[in-house]
Amino acid sequence: MSIELKNVSKHFGDVPAVNQVSFSVRDGELMALLGPSGGGKTTVLRMIAGLETPTDGDIFIRGERVNDIKVQKRNIGFVFQNYALFQNMNVFKNIAFGLKIKKWRPGKIKTRVEELLRLLGLEGFENRYPHQLSGGQRQRVAIARALAPKPSVLLLDEPFGAVDAKIRQELREWLVRLHHDLNLTTLFVTHDQEEAMEVSNRIVIFSRGYLEQVGTPREVYEQPANEFVARFIGVMNVLELTVKKGIGRVGELAFPAAGYPDGEKVRIGFRPFSVQISPDLNHYPYPAVIRQTYFLGVMLRLELQLPSGLVLRSRMTKEEYAALALYDGRKVSIQIRNYRILAKEHEPLGPELTTPEKTSLYIGEGI
Amino acid sequence: MPGYLKSKRPGASTASMRGTEESPFFKWLLISIALLFAVVFLLLPLINVFAQALSKGWMVYWRALSDPDSLAAIRLTLLVAAISVPLNVLFGLASAWAIAKFSFRGKSLLNTLIDLPFSVSPVVAGLMYVLLFGLQGHFGQWLNEHDIKIIFAVPGIVLATLFVTFPFVARELVPVMESTGSEQEQAALTLGANGWQTFWRVTLPSVKWGLIYGVILCNARAMGEFGAVSVVSGHISGMTDTMPLRVEKLYNEYNSAAAFATASLLALLALLTLGIKTLLEWNQAREYARAQSARTLAEPGAAFVAPPQQSTP
Repeated sequence: MSIELKNVSKHFGDVPAVNQVSFSVRDGELMALLGPSGGGKTTVLRMIAGLETPTDGDIFIRGERVNDIKVQKRNIGFVFQNYALFQNMNVFKNIAFGLKIKKWRPGKIKTRVEELLRLLGLEGFENRYPHQLSGGQRQRVAIARALAPKPSVLLLDEPFGAVDAKIRQELREWLVRLHHDLNLTTLFVTHDQEEAMEVSNRIVIFSRGYLEQVGTPREVYEQPANEFVARFIGVMNVLELTVKKGIGRVGELAFPAAGYPDGEKVRIGFRPFSVQISPDLNHYPYPAVIRQTYFLGVMLRLELQLPSGLVLRSRMTKEEYAALALYDGRKVSIQIRNYRILAKEHEPLGPELTTPEKTSLYIGEGI
Repeated sequence: MPGYLKSKRPGASTASMRGTEESPFFKWLLISIALLFAVVFLLLPLINVFAQALSKGWMVYWRALSDPDSLAAIRLTLLVAAISVPLNVLFGLASAWAIAKFSFRGKSLLNTLIDLPFSVSPVVAGLMYVLLFGLQGHFGQWLNEHDIKIIFAVPGIVLATLFVTFPFVARELVPVMESTGSEQEQAALTLGANGWQTFWRVTLPSVKWGLIYGVILCNARAMGEFGAVSVVSGHISGMTDTMPLRVEKLYNEYNSAAAFATASLLALLALLTLGIKTLLEWNQAREYARAQSARTLAEPGAAFVAPPQQSTP
């Protein structure tokens, strides 16, 4: 294990920012700390770096407990959200800073800095000052500076937060490639679930100081641990059912709810892919109208309205849409294939349930 | 499309103007007013000082400056500046750091106190020290018994100067430090630097310009202070006269050529510090320009294409 947290908490005064968090980052892993703003993820990153002291719990880096080791001695590379480049130093001196502090010989420093300039595509920029660089270049200088003293782990705080959307996409791909080449254990903070899903091997999901789930992008998407994760990762339809005689109902939709007392409110959730659509009005049990279709490139997002006014979101490919001859305003029949019973926040989700197939025709695959 | 071109012509002279831009008349009016004031109230009097100083020739000028009392005044002025400027730099750095980077009880009080010397008349400042350390003052008796002279001696002049120059460095540094924040310093820590290294290599350079302006202002005031120093000095020729006091004394003795000679030297010192500042700025600008024009191999986008063969990190 490269990084390990055991029951780590952090309180700012009386305000708990991080509560009893435990997770570990494996050697060579590229891991994301994901969550909404103010969720405590940056605090966790800063505690690992040694920029904050945990109120409680233990932090290990490469098996060594580092709680009492100063930030200078932890041998970590840290990339700040706004890069925090030294404004009075040019690119070369920025990258060389850590090496100078470690008293490397000038010749060795020059070789190392040139190597990093090459690796990060910054050749020719070594004399520029930070204010003379673009956002993307600044970020690469910040990464080069953090990598220069050969840290054992690389920590990045919202690495793509400060650059515009187009460059962000390039930087993501580039970070994956860099990580692949260096094989350096990397932990980065992001509030963008798409970014975390696309870039990382595994994701740690935070909300309001609590760890919600740790898993691969596929795991957190397909087996969300709780409602927060289910709603935060990807899109989810959430309905509140009222139970009567073993059946939970909302609008015209009905789901089996055996074992729940009458009057109980039960919440269920399902992915857009679980909503099956047929142009044949008798094919599925529920009637609906396609209220609006949104084009998202290859995929389309559909808003379906039921006669009771209930609105559901669905997804399909352009080809499926064309094959079913759908259009806005068209009447269709629908069914919800897979769904989960949702529990309260921080509590585990119920198992995935399947509505029995009525026919062989269905749209979409699983959730 | 001649018709199209013609239709544009009427507005052509103003076509390139942005909505927020003032009319050329207004622009030149403002520039003229600023220039006129600068010339009439700043440049002409300054030139006049030098003209008057040299009105009776270089010999008189030289004799006025080499007079032992004048030399003593020059020495004292330099000494006072040499003591009070470093002390104010130290105080300014400490208080600016405290205000910009920490939050604590009494922070706003400290912030207000720093401005006190700006709002108190220098004469009052001088009097305060007389009331504290003078013979009739609170500590006067004790100081007298221990044979320590503060008022009508060099220490009093230094104290008074320290008081009036108190805010200059801190006032310049606080906004700079506040805008810089502490991320650069944290970055230095993660790269292995200790507190001292961080201060010398990151903090100090990042507030360099604020510090330079502060020192220049502080120095100018330390050399030029009249009111506060006048109260505590006692005007002992060759002993406790600083240059500004010496100028006044000579002028009152109808020795205007010598008065202007000393005054011109004071003005020269001020011009020199401004010259140094300009030189530093010019150097910095040249360094940036050189860095900007440096050969650029790869344009931003190109860097993302296939990173070259990688060696161990």
